[in-house]
Amino acid sequence: MSYIPNTDSDREKMLKDIGVDKFEDLLKSIPQVLKSDIKLSLPKELSELEIEKEISQITTKNSSIEKVSSFLGGGVYNHFIPKVVDYIISRPEFATAYTPYQAEVSQGTLQAMYEFQTMISELTQMDVTNASMYDGATAMAESAMMAKNITRKNKIIVSETVNPNYIKVLETYCEPLNIELIKIKSKNFVTDIDEIKKILDKDVAGVIMQSPNFFGYIEEMEKVSEILQDTKALFIASVDAISLALLKPPGSYDADIVIGEGQMLGNHLNFGGPYLGLFSTRKKYIRKMPGRIVGATKDSNGKDGFVLTLQTREQHIRREKATSNICSNEGLNAMATTIYLSLMGNSGMKKIANLCLQKSHYLFENIQKIDGFSKVTDKPFFKEFVIKTPIPAKEIIEKANRENIFAGIPLDKFYASKTHELLIAVTEKNSKKEIDEFLDFLSRIHE
Amino acid sequence: MKFPENLKYSEDHEWLKIDGNIATIGITEFAQGELGDVVFVELPEVDDEFDAGEAFGTIEAVKTVSDMMLPIAGKIVEVNNLLEDEPEMINSDSFGKGWIVKVEISDEKELENLMDSKAYKEFVGE
Repeated sequence: MSYIPNTDSDREKMLKDIGVDKFEDLLKSIPQVLKSDIKLSLPKELSELEIEKEISQITTKNSSIEKVSSFLGGGVYNHFIPKVVDYIISRPEFATAYTPYQAEVSQGTLQAMYEFQTMISELTQMDVTNASMYDGATAMAESAMMAKNITRKNKIIVSETVNPNYIKVLETYCEPLNIELIKIKSKNFVTDIDEIKKILDKDVAGVIMQSPNFFGYIEEMEKVSEILQDTKALFIASVDAISLALLKPPGSYDADIVIGEGQMLGNHLNFGGPYLGLFSTRKKYIRKMPGRIVGATKDSNGKDGFVLTLQTREQHIRREKATSNICSNEGLNAMATTIYLSLMGNSGMKKIANLCLQKSHYLFENIQKIDGFSKVTDKPFFKEFVIKTPIPAKEIIEKANRENIFAGIPLDKFYASKTHELLIAVTEKNSKKEIDEFLDFLSRIHE
Repeated sequence: MKFPENLKYSEDHEWLKIDGNIATIGITEFAQGELGDVVFVELPEVDDEFDAGEAFGTIEAVKTVSDMMLPIAGKIVEVNNLLEDEPEMINSDSFGKGWIVKVEISDEKELENLMDSKAYKEFVGE
């Protein structure tokens, strides 16, 4: 689309047509007291060349994840993204943020979303997946609403080992819906499952667990599933999509709803967003599932085609009865994930997951050999873990920054008492050299 | 159009066949005609309890989706699983194979609020 601003003569004609002399006449109805007569003191305009010079001088002060060694995680992960992903999503046919309004005209976009749904269903081993939600946190909030809608009960149990940012979003959604949120305390960095047993009653709509949990440790999901077996409460599992290449998929332990953050599958860190929420469930709940679903069908000539399906409830005749009126998805991010997953394939995903597992454990084993650093639990983890630090974790972060290392997340950012605990994530992008340099830095921490 | 005389009727166009304290419930021939081709029926689960007037399921037709309200309070004792695969039974045999749920009646007094065949026939203007 070309952008052509109105010329002076355009403006003159428009003003003449509506019968006013000058633009200011349009503002006559605004009382004089509300109008400001302050003269803006802006610098003189610059040429394009001058602007480019000035801005690039400012941006050289920025750091970038590519220039440092990053061990940051906490829900968003620095995984490798093949260049092909960005190339394909930049094509003008695909570079649109939403499901197109005349959806069926864009068969290519719909097919990509259909493939996205299929691949996420394969990863989670669930029957159905929608065309994506805004991010992992809103996907979790939507899952709570869906559980309430299916069971007609209004208590949601959530483990405190779930990402604290997700819990905040969950609270924001639940409060006006009169959903009572009950938090289960953690014990040694995993959920106290006996506590769920105690609290569970017939008014519980769903139980939300995250595995690997916020601290990186793998939860006993099968055990929770067993507890819920004879109840009406739905089991909602929040998962790390890459870990599913190695760990048991939620479909195998009878999860009812599976949610997760899709950022790690082919999406950049993007300074906090946009990301995409993964959302899968059982076929029997498909009509209660929020968001868009793309279905495969045949057209009047018998040719294969793709359509948005089951959308009546949300957009047209049953807005008030829908689990959620969310009608948009993260189309471009879902597209990136589709391309990423098709590039990686089964074996590629296993390889990445294995690299995360091996490298994080290499760091974990060696960090404990440094004076003053120790593990907090013997529980198994995937790519992220907590380490006890000899000096406040925040000080380590500051010192590490000076050596271009992002050392991790100090846990007192979320839990005030945990001042000497550091959450460290390792992905396939962290080379052995980087990890060894990080270890060397930690060994010099007392100097 | 049929208005079987052995049935009770609600203003939401449901019919009830009373057998002891069990009521078999479906939607009337008039109602299915208004809805058009039924493509999906969402059923409650056995043992679910509902108040009178509460939605216990939905009927999805080609052009519309409609809630089904339980005319009397009660507990679901059986659902018509045939409708999962053949929802069109509601169109073709609304008083027979197209029944929807069986309910254990909580309060028989509530039956007094329902219409008989004659009153329902007048209600729909036949």
